[in-house]
Amino acid sequence: MTKEELLSKLKTIIEPYVQNQEGLKQISEATNFIDDLEINSANLVDIILDVEDEFGIEIDNDGMDKMLTVKASIEVIQDKLATK
Amino acid sequence: MNNRRVVVTGLGVVSPNGTNVSLFKEALRKGVSGIRYIDELKSLNFSCQIAGKPEYKKEYLNNYFNSIQLKGLNASGLEYGVIAGLDAWRNAGLELIDKKDNPLWDAGVIFGTGILGVDKFREAIYKVDDGNVRRLGSTSVIQTMASGISAYLGGIIGCGNITTTNSSACSTGTEAILMAYDRITQGKAEIILTGSTSDSGPYIWGGFDAMRILPHKYNDNPTVASRPMSATASGFVPGSGAGALVIESLENAQKRGATIYAEILGGHVNSGGQRNGGSMTAPNSAAVKQCIKQAVINSGINNNDIDTINGHLTATTKDVVEIENWCSALARNGKEFPYINSLKGLVGHCLAASGSIESVATVLQLKEGFIFGNKNCEDLHPEIEAMIDKERVPTKTILKPINIAVKASFGFGDVNACIIFKKYS
Repeated sequence: MTKEELLSKLKTIIEPYVQNQEGLKQISEATNFIDDLEINSANLVDIILDVEDEFGIEIDNDGMDKMLTVKASIEVIQDKLATK
Repeated sequence: MNNRRVVVTGLGVVSPNGTNVSLFKEALRKGVSGIRYIDELKSLNFSCQIAGKPEYKKEYLNNYFNSIQLKGLNASGLEYGVIAGLDAWRNAGLELIDKKDNPLWDAGVIFGTGILGVDKFREAIYKVDDGNVRRLGSTSVIQTMASGISAYLGGIIGCGNITTTNSSACSTGTEAILMAYDRITQGKAEIILTGSTSDSGPYIWGGFDAMRILPHKYNDNPTVASRPMSATASGFVPGSGAGALVIESLENAQKRGATIYAEILGGHVNSGGQRNGGSMTAPNSAAVKQCIKQAVINSGINNNDIDTINGHLTATTKDVVEIENWCSALARNGKEFPYINSLKGLVGHCLAASGSIESVATVLQLKEGFIFGNKNCEDLHPEIEAMIDKERVPTKTILKPINIAVKASFGFGDVNACIIFKKYS
């Protein structure tokens, strides 16, 4: 899966949780879920569960802690996909 | 009597026989039952396979919840409560403030429930027992904490005053209104969204089925199963839903130019202490009478001022005792007894939601000038007929202006609540 495909899937997953739609339009690797998209921090665990379902992976506690930005999330997902 | 007058300015309801105020009002007038056969209860081997359950399409929720809130939503009581609560708020002519505004410091929420989100809780229990606690997500807690309902409503509205959930079994809804009334009379809030909600489904109703206090001979004929005050009453039909009222100080209502549905003159809550005939499941009659008497005193009215009563009257043999208590507390009987009705004939016993849904019905009666007919009470219990005139228990809706209406609820734990409503003038 290319990075572009991954980003596109991730964008679809996070969309319902986003409270700053402007931020979503300008989404990039540097985008921070809480600061730029105003996602409620409690919803980060829901995003992780949705990611697990979408990609058929299981993300451990360390991976979860890292997933605060688009870049870090893509890295965690790629890492898990590679060891699948 | 308190100096600060308190009025009802908004109503909302999600009832088994009407999922908004106008449908509910029509159903009341026409005697439309909301009790139906529920296939799921049969497949789970319930003795009583009928219930009162509000019905609406899933898409209807889009008017009340945003996409995040809808994700993983599995708490019927939360749905009913948010729908009824927001309907009441909008009905009162109030708007939802912007996310960036300050909260409304003078507006609160007191919204009761018995238990919230049992279906969500069941989902969580299965995951936990499976060793899969990490898969619960963020919504388990907020949908199953009792105060989830007041938290949702408070957040959507932006309340900055008290935001809490009370719980006192079947008197919950009536008690919530009185708690809100007290806070406003004390000058601690100007406006409060109050009411109560109750989940539907087998996990709520199962315990009552097991206690064998539900009727089991009407599975083929659900609409005649709930028979308050009838000689053939054989137990209460379980129900669910939510009722909501916006109540506020008269000054605040007048300042806003709000429509006033009714005035709350006062009321009382008490407990029988599970003494003297009272128990976890049965009321101490002395306490019931004291609650009614004190409500009358607190409201500054006379017994004879009461035009109509909306009783607790669940359709068990205890209905006779309740009538006896009303007669004694008000020192009225025969033809001198007020009119009396029970909503439970139409929707069953909505448990924690009963007091608020029935209060909405009571306020509608005052505002519109009618007394809804008692369903399934053509065969009035002979012991009741010996105490009060049959004509005081109308079986058909009476169109008639009424001035003062009483609503009382009695709950497990031997707890009582009684409110006096008056037509606003």
